[in-house]
Amino acid sequence: MTARTLFDKLWTSHLVRELDGDTALIAIDRVFLHERTGSVALKSLSESNRTIVDPARVFCTMDHIVDTRPGRGDDTVLPGGKAFITETRAATEAARIRLFDVRDPLQGIVHVISPELGIVLPGATVVCPDSHTCTQGALGAFAWGIGSTEAEHALATGTLRVKKPKTMRVRFEGELPPTVTAKDLSIALIARFGSVGGNGYAVEFAGAAVEALDIEGRLTLCNMATEFSAVTGFIAPDHKTLEYLKSRPYAPRGADWARAADAWLALRSDPGAVFDREIVIDVSNLGPMVTWGTSPQHAVPVSGCVPAESESGASPESYQRALAYMGLSSGIPMYDLEVGAAFIGSCTNSRVSDLRRAAEVLRGRRVAPGVRAICVPGSMSVKRAAEAEGLDQIFKDAGFEWRESGCSMCFFAGGESFGAKQRVISSTNRNFESRQGPETRTHIASPETVAASAVLGRIAGVDQLPAQARAS
Amino acid sequence: MTEPVRQLFAVAAPLIRANVDTDAIIPSREMKTVSKTGLADGLFAGWRYTTIGGRDPEPSFVLNQAPYAQTQILLGGENFGCGSSREHAVWALHEFGIRSVIAPSFAPIFFGNCIRNGIVPVRLTAEAVQRIASWVVTDPQVHRVRVDVDALCVEAGEGMRWAFELDPESREMLLEGLDAIDLTLKSKTDIDAFLERDRIERPWIYRLPEHE
Ligand code: SF4
Repeated sequence: MTARTLFDKLWTSHLVRELDGDTALIAIDRVFLHERTGSVALKSLSESNRTIVDPARVFCTMDHIVDTRPGRGDDTVLPGGKAFITETRAATEAARIRLFDVRDPLQGIVHVISPELGIVLPGATVVCPDSHTCTQGALGAFAWGIGSTEAEHALATGTLRVKKPKTMRVRFEGELPPTVTAKDLSIALIARFGSVGGNGYAVEFAGAAVEALDIEGRLTLCNMATEFSAVTGFIAPDHKTLEYLKSRPYAPRGADWARAADAWLALRSDPGAVFDREIVIDVSNLGPMVTWGTSPQHAVPVSGCVPAESESGASPESYQRALAYMGLSSGIPMYDLEVGAAFIGSCTNSRVSDLRRAAEVLRGRRVAPGVRAICVPGSMSVKRAAEAEGLDQIFKDAGFEWRESGCSMCFFAGGESFGAKQRVISSTNRNFESRQGPETRTHIASPETVAASAVLGRIAGVDQLPAQARAS
Repeated sequence: MTEPVRQLFAVAAPLIRANVDTDAIIPSREMKTVSKTGLADGLFAGWRYTTIGGRDPEPSFVLNQAPYAQTQILLGGENFGCGSSREHAVWALHEFGIRSVIAPSFAPIFFGNCIRNGIVPVRLTAEAVQRIASWVVTDPQVHRVRVDVDALCVEAGEGMRWAFELDPESREMLLEGLDAIDLTLKSKTDIDAFLERDRIERPWIYRLPEHE
């Protein structure tokens, strides 16, 4: 038998039938919706008198425009946002699908709760009308973002018509330096190969450095696959994956678990499998990364400078536009950039391990005067777990707001923003123009870099913090 | 059912910027209801109007300039439609009158959304898009661009003709304005057969803990 890639295995195990050209009808195991784009799909589906084939395999959450300030209810900072919430609630009830509602103890950002509840499983196909669905590929699933019309299709038929992507393997080899996180790996990849580097590909992340990552780190890495323009990103399941999933509420139990676990461990690219493209990155000389411009590919090491045009990898037009938008000029050290705000949250970096690492930086320290700092746990479960460890207290003592879970200020829904021209250091995934509010200047980095920058009031790596005498 | 598109011969507007994301196409704050319509006004709102949330046209923005009032074709830059998966970006473009976007590359979800809503996404080299733009701007009203989905080619005046690629399924959907759900339901027997096999093969996918 010819050696097959993991992606080929995922593809053929869901192949209902071939269609024209490279397109096939692919069975969909899980559909996740959210109040922002899922509500439209549900409404349109019922208007066309169609029903959901298997409501038990469809889930919905309130994450995008739901308020994240303490004591929140259905009201949103976004004018008119409440209608999305009430309509989504009514539509999911009518369709009899499980909704993680505003006050549900399991509510959270879709790509955080789907793994933590065991809704996404290795070898499964998972779709959601949300571009960061690729996050969930970290468990060995084929998970990708779709539009609302495609979501309707998945709901009504249990399948999607999919053009088969090409395959790419990105191998991160070598030993990860202690200061370098999964976030830095993803930014380094995009900085080197461009924000369209993955266009047309399903990308398997592999290599010693990926195997060494814990599951939460892998979720962070796969989260950014869409910023690489890939169809999806995914990682072969291993014993860490099984350990992570075991006993999660929606994960298989009993005999099903034993059978599933065996099947999952066989989900890997065969030795000698051929990829359409292969990239190898040596991680041993990487450092923490930060973006300087308005695309995730506009990135440099935290210790670096705003690059010259010739070094930037951007076209002259987009380079100039990015510099003007960000209020920067060539050659400025990133360390010199003062920040007015710091944000820790989003489906990229809002899990317990992320908060733990940021809290470790913040313990016994305070954010610099004038810096508005916000931490938003990715789910209510994350929030409870963090509080049980006392992380909330560390964040609050350091001067961070501590919020309810949701997407919050990862994107500008029309309500809350950091303000025009405000420079924000953020653990999110997109530094596009106005992503966090009109004219807001976003610099993306890992949670620990965000924490260190908040303390110093300027962009900084953890190694820049002065040593401190600690009580314990 | 969307309206079929076979051929366009229309005014084209250059908006050649890299990484035009879906939030730039339709800012989140402009998506006011759970609806696919009422979005044209918010199209490119951040660039098209002088103030956030305002409606005073920004004169320097291409779609506010008289010759481009009837634009049906957008000439875009690399990675067009990146960012959020929101289909509202495509609905807004369509409602505004755009029927084709010509760019060097598209974000995959945006590309699929175009196909399903009667907008022709055309991939040409950056150089070709630039050449079309340079020709168009000299007389936008007269220098119209032809996008032919049947023949899979773009024409922009004398000697400027480029073939483009589209997978057969996407081409068919644009040409016929097909509803993909109806099309798929014709394969119901295959779907049922798959499910029957798969329930035995991977029972855990179908046996979920009871929802409380
Ligand atoms: S946290 Fe941000 S990127 Fe993630 S789903 Fe929410 S809005 Fe999208």
